[in-house]
Amino acid sequence: MDTTKEQAMLSQEALQQIDREVAKYPAGRQQSAVMAALRIAQVEKGWLSRETIAYVAEYLDMPAVAAYEVASFYNMYDLEPVGRHKITVCTNLPCALSGGVHAADYLKEKLGIGFNETTADGKYTLKEGECMGACGDAPVLLVNNHHMCSWMTKEKIDQMLADLESK
Amino acid sequence: MSARELILAGTDGDRGWRLDNYLARGGYSALKKVVGERIPPENIIAELKASVLRGRGGAGFPTGLKWSFMPRSFPGDKYLACNSDEGEPGTFKDRDILRYNPHTVIEGMAIAAYAMGATRGYNYIHGEIFEIYERFEEALAEARAAGLIGSNILGSDFSFELFAHHGYGAYICGEETALLESIEGKKGQPRFKPPFPASYGLYGKPTTINNTETFASVPFIINMGGEGFLELGKPNNGGTKLFSVSGHVNRPGNYEIEMGTPFAELLEMAGGMRGGRKLKGVIPGGSSAPVVPADIMMDCTMDYDSISKAGSMLGSGAVIVMDETTCMVKALERLSYFYFEESCGQCTPCREGTGWLYRVVHRIEHGLGRPDDLDLLNSVTGNIMGRTICALGDAASMPVQSFVKHFGDEFLYHIENKKCLVPPEVQYEGSQIYVSPKC
Ligand SMILES: Cc1cc2nc3c(=O)[nH]c(=O)nc-3n(C[C@H](O)[C@H](O)[C@H](O)COP(=O)(O)O)c2cc1C
Ligand code: SF4
Ligand code: FES
Repeated sequence: MDTTKEQAMLSQEALQQIDREVAKYPAGRQQSAVMAALRIAQVEKGWLSRETIAYVAEYLDMPAVAAYEVASFYNMYDLEPVGRHKITVCTNLPCALSGGVHAADYLKEKLGIGFNETTADGKYTLKEGECMGACGDAPVLLVNNHHMCSWMTKEKIDQMLADLESK
Repeated sequence: MSARELILAGTDGDRGWRLDNYLARGGYSALKKVVGERIPPENIIAELKASVLRGRGGAGFPTGLKWSFMPRSFPGDKYLACNSDEGEPGTFKDRDILRYNPHTVIEGMAIAAYAMGATRGYNYIHGEIFEIYERFEEALAEARAAGLIGSNILGSDFSFELFAHHGYGAYICGEETALLESIEGKKGQPRFKPPFPASYGLYGKPTTINNTETFASVPFIINMGGEGFLELGKPNNGGTKLFSVSGHVNRPGNYEIEMGTPFAELLEMAGGMRGGRKLKGVIPGGSSAPVVPADIMMDCTMDYDSISKAGSMLGSGAVIVMDETTCMVKALERLSYFYFEESCGQCTPCREGTGWLYRVVHRIEHGLGRPDDLDLLNSVTGNIMGRTICALGDAASMPVQSFVKHFGDEFLYHIENKKCLVPPEVQYEGSQIYVSPKC
């Protein structure tokens, strides 16, 4: 097996998680688990290379191109490497009315990067997000897709970055 | 003046979501009644019809009528899908329902399954709320362990399996057929209708899709009776409803109130206008709903009929409040960008049209507008509306039409003077980082 293929392999633990997802769907419908499988793969690998996607597709017995279509359709999959911490800030209108854009500006200034950029040390990537269904908590942001932070004042952003710094 | 809560009643923030809390609030009594007394499915659907519960996901379609479309006698699997893909800007009620009262959704879905003969269900949960998805999984495990979902529910011959499916960032998956495609493990592209999901849904089987809040209302309708639920609201607008209030108010958040409550009361519950500033306009039903100017809005009550008379839609019940510091061109620009970003690209009028709308509003906002740009906007929306597979095309067009209609002067001012009518420092003051005193 060549090295890229080997690198694309997932751990036993990840595969067990995927198996639990597959079990949610009727027999023969394991493709339904592809979204969850790609998420699990992304958590383990940090991002989704073509090889990782192909590996997931093979595991679910579906064409690699179909899995790739899914990975490229949904916004939260990263098809390119991102920093250790991906921060996605919601700037949609309801958030913008309560400081969403200011929070994003503050992060840009603190990190010295714009949207879709990664800091030189590879620690942070900043993304602009769409409505996260949490507009009452504005400003809101997501850390690494899965952790939502609410009411992000400048002080709370400072605190969050200090916490992430040690991770 | 006070809230009238059903779904949120007795929930204690993060402390009351577990099964034992829900049981202590009287939870699962409706399911026990339905299963224990073997209530005929037709009676449940009749009760739903009597309640005039209208779908809480945006379209407001009567739920009882929708349920009656399911072919009960169809052999084999039939499906239910709960739409928790809440992504319509301004809407954040389903997140709180799943966070504070997940079992009412599970109970509502189980009753729905009983009434329609559905064998399996999926709750499709918005990608950005992973922590809520995990909580729902825990709630499901509790319900399964207690015999409230799964095989032979409560010792009866009724079985229903329920699972959670996590989205991963696509607004369009809130459209019900895109949602089904997504559960099938595909790109979330809406299907042509007909056939409708009730005949050809998930995996080609009969399927009913309802919003989270719709399912969450069902146990209350069974317990209080359809009539009782209807009476809480007003004729043709049954029950209570959660409104997500965001924007320039002192206490943004969800407020569950009786249908037909005056908007002015809702605004007061949300703490009134931030900084005591003047109301300029309200988007009363999520970002797709036409904007309503302040004076018209202040005369509205919060129900389908009143908001529709004001030229807008109650939609998902997301109330976006904008005060006098808001630049309406900038507000529309952000929304137009959203629809352009989220178009799935399947139909040309939507794919190309949303791009046009965004670029034209963008250039007006940035001082590059042309004298005939407002006509251009109207003509582009005219070419999108009614010519697309799903309603996203209309959803992108209605904000544009309504902003131009009600705030046209502000657009013309931008075009003529190449700058905002509201000075930038005033805009900055009004929309800076704000944290509600409630938090
Ligand atoms: C672009 C688009 C996005 C939608 N997003 C949602 C959503 O996030 N949640 C929802 O319940 N319905 C959404 N809907 C409406 C659904 O298609 C469907 O009407 C609804 O889930 C039915 O449930 P209900 O009758 O209980 O409201 C959306 C529709 C469109 C066209
Ligand atoms: S209207 Fe837009 S979002 Fe809907 S199917 Fe067509 S291209 Fe896709
Ligand atoms: S607009 Fe930011 S979470 Fe809804």
